Amino acid sequence: MQSIEAVFRAEHGKILATLIRALGDWQLAEDALMDAMTTALERWPSDGMPDNPGAWLTAAARRKGIDHLRRRQTRTTHAGAVKDHLEIVIGERRDAENRMQDDRLSLIFTCCHPALAPEARVALTLRYVGGLSTKEVARAFLIAEPTMAKRLVRAKHKISGAGIPYRVPEGDELPPRIGAVCRVVYLIFNEGYSATAGDELVRRELCEEAIRLTRMLQVLLPDEPEVTALLALMLLTHSRRAARVDGDGELVLLADQDRGRWDRDAIDQGHAQLQIALRHGRPGPYVLQACIADLHANAPDDGPDWPQIAALYQALFGLTRNPVVRLNHAVAVAMAKGPETGLGMLDDALAGQLAGYHLFHAARADLLRRIGRWSEASVAYRRALELVSNAPEQRYLRRRLDEVAAMEA
Amino acid sequence: MKYMLLLYATQDGPREFSSPEEMKAMIEPWMKYTEDMKAAGVYLGGDALKGTDTATTLRVRDGDVTTTDGPFAETTETLGGYYMIDVPDLDEALKWAQRCPLANYGSVEVRPLEMFE
Repeated sequence: MQSIEAVFRAEHGKILATLIRALGDWQLAEDALMDAMTTALERWPSDGMPDNPGAWLTAAARRKGIDHLRRRQTRTTHAGAVKDHLEIVIGERRDAENRMQDDRLSLIFTCCHPALAPEARVALTLRYVGGLSTKEVARAFLIAEPTMAKRLVRAKHKISGAGIPYRVPEGDELPPRIGAVCRVVYLIFNEGYSATAGDELVRRELCEEAIRLTRMLQVLLPDEPEVTALLALMLLTHSRRAARVDGDGELVLLADQDRGRWDRDAIDQGHAQLQIALRHGRPGPYVLQACIADLHANAPDDGPDWPQIAALYQALFGLTRNPVVRLNHAVAVAMAKGPETGLGMLDDALAGQLAGYHLFHAARADLLRRIGRWSEASVAYRRALELVSNAPEQRYLRRRLDEVAAMEA
Repeated sequence: MKYMLLLYATQDGPREFSSPEEMKAMIEPWMKYTEDMKAAGVYLGGDALKGTDTATTLRVRDGDVTTTDGPFAETTETLGGYYMIDVPDLDEALKWAQRCPLANYGSVEVRPLEMFE
């Protein structure tokens, strides 16, 4: 049997989405749901959990919301409130299931609206779509709870104040907006995957939350290959989680990881999702990234197909023009054709664009080390060390620097 | 909702035209943009402003009036004009902002109007 907390988290986004549409007011919907949950916490432990706890909570919250609207109406004859009230009554008779799906999508698109600051989108999505508490969202981003609470209030103020609509975009608007939603969810995933600061458990939960959100998105948007590919990419990346840090908390590079510790089940799931995404015509950026992750995850013992990975990065650069992708392309070329060729691709233009990015200097240092240009490698490792902030990466670079310094001497 | 589109750009844009054709080419997109807004029933008003070299900024502090030459904030992009529109939501307002000829070289700030009942 599920715990009450687990039910709350699973149902939160769905119910809130329905309530915001029905009540036409985000804050009222949130307060009504909070009231309903408080009542549930009082009653369920003694009365037992209802058969359909989500429906119970929705009905209870809706009643509380309507009561509140009625009280508001008696104070002022606000035309909007009367209209909202009528819509609630009509809304109850509509095709409930379709409506609920639309509501959930509307909530996601509103939380990920491009007019909101990226950190606000992430916070809103975790809090209202994911159903995490403000405290949990704050902990995941290593900031104080009151700061996160303020950020959420500001974001909601922008939504109502600026007139950000609560609806699913249509036609030409839809593809870029799906892209925006994917970026938010991927940002949540990367926050959990890349940053090694903070509690490891919280980090892992953040990745799992991002995967859960993407699965939900996939159910709502089954014909969007980029959503399915994003799910594949996350599953394939997450499969290596246990192997990327060793027993002493040190970073283990992909090539040195113990493949026995990769999560085979996640790899198989990711691979299967990728096959679904590949059925739809022209591959987008997430399809290409998932293909790369898939080649790594399913590589034979003598290593992955580097020429193919290099080709995929080249295609990805063609779509995104992102200098970090260009750097990864160069690294893949170095693996396929030798370090000199890869080094040749790290030209001045790229160096200028990525001057402040520690992995550019780390990758360059590594290529220089592999062809025995010790003193140049040492300078590049030092530059990378100046820029890196996370501790395991710092220790890794320090070890490498010591190696080349010894060779230099 | 009513929104103001505040049009910001650097002031060193082309001001003198070498031919009537060039002038026409500059003005036509603006005429069309404004006409499209009127045809869509969203246009409430709009004007271009003279340059910030004609601006005067005034403040009253404890009853003392100070006037200074120039705009409120010295920035590279300055307010050069505005449109006021009435559309259902921010997405619609952003669509109009995107169609503004200035969006290709300046910035359009979209601000909802505060309504006092």
